[in-house]
Amino acid sequence: MLAKRIIPCLDIKNGETVKGTNFVNLREAGDPVELGKRYSEQGADELVYLDITASHEGRKTFTEMVQRIAREINIPFTVGGGINELSDVDRLLNAGADKVSVNSAALRRPELIDEIASHFGSQVCVVAIDAKEDNGGWECYLNGGRIPTGINLFEWAKEANERGAGEILFTSMNHDGVKNGYANTALRQLSETLSIPVIASGGAGKKEHFRDTFFLGHSDAALAASVFHFGEIPIQELKKWLLEEGVNVRM
Amino acid sequence: MKVAIVKYNAGNIYSVANAFRRLGVEPVVTSDAEVLMKAERVVFPGQGEAHSTMAYLRAHKLDEVIRSLKQPVLGICIGMQLLCRHSEEYDTDCLGIFDADVVRFQPERHEDKVPQMGWNEIYDTQSPLFKGFDKEEFVYFIHSFYVPLCQDTIATTNYIQPYSSALHKDNFFATQFHPEKSGKVGERILSNFLSIDI
Repeated sequence: MLAKRIIPCLDIKNGETVKGTNFVNLREAGDPVELGKRYSEQGADELVYLDITASHEGRKTFTEMVQRIAREINIPFTVGGGINELSDVDRLLNAGADKVSVNSAALRRPELIDEIASHFGSQVCVVAIDAKEDNGGWECYLNGGRIPTGINLFEWAKEANERGAGEILFTSMNHDGVKNGYANTALRQLSETLSIPVIASGGAGKKEHFRDTFFLGHSDAALAASVFHFGEIPIQELKKWLLEEGVNVRM
Repeated sequence: MKVAIVKYNAGNIYSVANAFRRLGVEPVVTSDAEVLMKAERVVFPGQGEAHSTMAYLRAHKLDEVIRSLKQPVLGICIGMQLLCRHSEEYDTDCLGIFDADVVRFQPERHEDKVPQMGWNEIYDTQSPLFKGFDKEEFVYFIHSFYVPLCQDTIATTNYIQPYSSALHKDNFFATQFHPEKSGKVGERILSNFLSIDI
């Protein structure tokens, strides 16, 4: 049976791992390659590296880091952040990334998804969506949650699916950093309307939250950052517990 | 050990090279027929779409080179599918090493997402490729098309239905999953491939 995936996410700024709460207040959390290696040994199923550097120089550092990850790590990894055009995708896949995650650029120009899918295949194209629930509706945001778009989460996710996305990585801005559980109602709705896997992101604080997003949110994978970086939930222990709770995970 | 990786227009080729480097083997990535013929092991990897990759192989006469190889060959993912007779993906005639046809997953329930993406188990493993395997092991898959069970099946995986997650015939071995991305289990499979005696 296909296993539910546990995915640590590493936010990278100028070659260092950082993690914020509600997208602000960044704290440092160590060397990205070493951290990724440690997660892989502990049983992480995949890794996500997001480049949150804004400068040109930072982008170059990130690409070099991707090459180093590809050499040293033997599980799949996705990279994202600052991908605006096909040449960015080409550069990162060539550096050794297995998948790329696109966010704002795809919202601004949805054809980017079609282009990535037709050039490199749907399997490399993760569409990341940051959305916030307000007055009962879910709205997509641009630029790491700073700019509202007026675009509905479910409509955009469906369009991304139809254009050739291979996976949807949904971060609830209401839940991110709060450690009170994932946005399972919205996740379940996504999972039921899409034909591709859905990765839950934002809200993990304890082991129960992972179980709940698999059972209640029907998520295919759960992503988290700080609970892993600061050792609050060791991955091995989490997976062992999930298995006892009846979640099919890889041990 | 001289390991050659077939260079063509498919993705994920350098991940395979990195995986062999982690095992202490420096592979050569090439589309040169002579280098491929002379290597002790040939890996035919990839991620991509059947029709355009097959067209590329034909245009560069790599189809004939691959068919003529006598040393142990390992096809991975699209590499395995291209070693079959035919693929339903854009109705493509393939290399015809394995007597099997590649078909698309047909979801039966909503939970059956296509592509299958992630870690799934291989079982009923029967080949030197899986030497030392005594139970189901998780390996990493990304694919929308699959090979049904057939006489060349050497590992089975269940997704929607049981299907071939690895094949073997003569000197040709192939895995639908990505050993280069399958952690320690994948490393064991690649290392077994290097020590296979045929």
